[in-house]
This record gives sequence, structure tokens and C-alpha cells, in this order.
Amino acid sequence: MDFRSSESPGSVEAAGPRSEDVLPETAAAAVKVVIVGGFGVGKTTLVGSVSEIRPLTTEETMTQAGVGVDDTAGVERKSTTTVAMDFGRISINDELVLYLFGTPGQERFWFLWRGLFEGALGAVVLVDTRRLEVSFDVIGRLEERSVPFVVAVNSFPDAPSYPLDELRGALDLPASVPIVECDARLRTSSRDVLMALMRYLQGLAVATTEAS
Amino acid sequence: MNSDGPHWDGGGPERLYVITGGRSGSSAKTTLDLVTLIVARSAPRPGMQPEQAAIVRICQRPLSVAEISAHLSLPVSVVTVLLSDLIADNRVFSRPPVPPAKLPDIALIEAVIDGLQKL
Ligand SMILES: Nc1nc2c(ncn2[C@@H]2O[C@H](COP(=O)(O)OP(=O)(O)O)[C@@H](O)[C@H]2O)c(=O)[nH]1
Ligand SMILES: [Mg+2]
Repeated sequence: MDFRSSESPGSVEAAGPRSEDVLPETAAAAVKVVIVGGFGVGKTTLVGSVSEIRPLTTEETMTQAGVGVDDTAGVERKSTTTVAMDFGRISINDELVLYLFGTPGQERFWFLWRGLFEGALGAVVLVDTRRLEVSFDVIGRLEERSVPFVVAVNSFPDAPSYPLDELRGALDLPASVPIVECDARLRTSSRDVLMALMRYLQGLAVATTEAS
Repeated sequence: MNSDGPHWDGGGPERLYVITGGRSGSSAKTTLDLVTLIVARSAPRPGMQPEQAAIVRICQRPLSVAEISAHLSLPVSVVTVLLSDLIADNRVFSRPPVPPAKLPDIALIEAVIDGLQKL
């Protein structure tokens, strides 16, 4: 592990947010959206392009019982892995704040941040057409947990380009789940991905209200 | 834990153990979400544990649990333990996120849409 702080006891030099990044006193509640996808698919890029703050990182440590047993002490070895999650922030208005969390596609990492998906408005599954298989698992897990999501296909120059309905078939996505193309490096494009999710959620909310 | 005292230099599990006093804080921390906003009730007091003083200092304005974790370079699991104590001691208070049971909420979604449109 690599912790930046190595101060003497007595002071912890956390700089805290820059003055221009401070939330107003009126900030009353926050909501979250989770960006899920495989390594290198553009999660950090997307978060960074729409975030009002420079993306921040939070780390959790995963402890696993080691395979080896310490011969001399007879103590079981444990290995620790540090898993990072990037996130950004968008102030929606004076009272409401939206946080975006970019998390690896593997479900075993999701448990490191308890309640990551609990209470989330929804998720964006970022897909790289060069490695579609990574997304199957993610989509399955989100469906199991009843987390509403949209699929965003990141356009890498050397990635094969499929018509969206072909991708829908390949990903076995229901017709109701939106699928959009994006360039995570562009603020407007990333914003449109979030907008697609919100429009989808709006439709779900209306349907829920009408059903009850 | 080492009986010689705290190892503040290290970033390993020992340091985290020392900071939290060895507790896992499973009681109160369940009410703290990654996006619960934390606000300090006053300035840090002399003699406070360094990490807790740092939290009180950076939370003079609302700050999410995730941001506190990032600014302090401490895992969320450790930060929630520290926060539970600070809440119990009335040093900070929390503004919980919109409860999951209320989602999806049309008014909320529409507010987010309006906000995104202004980006
Ligand atoms: N061409 C192109 N490159 C991208 C796009 N999104 C991300 N990248 C690049 O892909 C690399 C990995 O992106 P990153 O955001 O770190 O992926 P992460 O592992 O999912 O967080 C970086 O070099 C980005 O600049 C995109 O939409 N188009
Ligand atoms: Mg990343």
C-alpha cells in the first residue's frame, strides 16, 4: 500500500478541497451514479470530463488469506491488494449534488465499498467493443441487483464499429435499455451519456407512478 | 498491534488499526453512505486525534464521506469509524443521501436533468 501521508503524530496534513471546490452550505443531499466497466474502458476519463472537481480517488484494501503458511511461525500469510475507485462531482443546484463513481467491472471489488449501488440512481456500463466479453458479467450482475442502467459504447479509433442493434444483440440487452455511443474525453458527450440515463430513469419513474 | 506504540509512518494495516482503535465500527457506520454529506459543528479542538481534527477542519463546509476519504488518503471503512465517533461526540453532523426507498423519484430525476442541461 502506498499512503501519501507519513506525518508525525499530532498533525494530519489533509489539504482538503480547494477553495473553488467547496460546496455551498446549502448542499442538503447527494445522489450517486456508478460508472462500471473493464480496465482501460474510459471510466476515469468520463468522470473527469464532466466532474466539476479534479477526480478524486478512494482506496480500499482487500485482504485474502494467503496460499502459503509461514513455516517458522505457523501463522497464515495474508495478501493485501489495494483497489482504487475514482469519483467526481457535479453540483446539480444549490441543494443537490451528484457524485459519479467509476468502479472496476469485477463484482468482487464492488463489495469493498459497502452500499456502492445501494441508493444509486443508476449505472452506466461503459463498453469497449474490443473486449465485449467483459461487459456480459457486469450487465448480468446489475440486472440481478435491479440497478437500472444504460450502456455507453466508447469509440476507440482502433475498435471495431458495430451497428448499435447488432451490439444490443451481442450484449443480449432488452429493447428497453438505452444504448448510446460516446467519446468519454468530451464533456458534452459524457454529459449526454448521463442525460440518457436520467431520461431512462424518468421513464421508469413515470411507469412506477402510473402502476401504483 | 505493536506494544511499542503507534507506527504512524507506515501505511499498512497497523496504521489503520491504530487510527480506529482497533474497532470495526460496525454499529453506527451502517448509516453512513459514500455520499452522506458531513458538516462540522465547530472548529477542531486541541487534543483531538489528528485524523479526527483533520476531518473537522475540512468539513467546515459540507463534504461527502468519499471526499473525506480521498483528502485524508484513508479508506472509507476507516473514515466511517472516525465519523461515527465524531457524530456521537457532536463534533460533526450528517446529511443523509436521498433514501433508496424513495427512488426513482420523478422530481429528483427532473432536477438532475435540469442541472445536467446547464453543464
Ligand atoms: N479514443 C478514445 N480514447 C479514450 C476514450 N476514453 C478513454 N480513452 C483513453 O483510454 C485510456 C484509458 O482510459 P481510462 O479513463 O483511464 O480508463 P479506466 O481504466 O476505465 O478508468 C486513456 O488513455 C484515455 O485517454 C474515448 O472515448 N476515445
Ligand atoms: Mg480508472
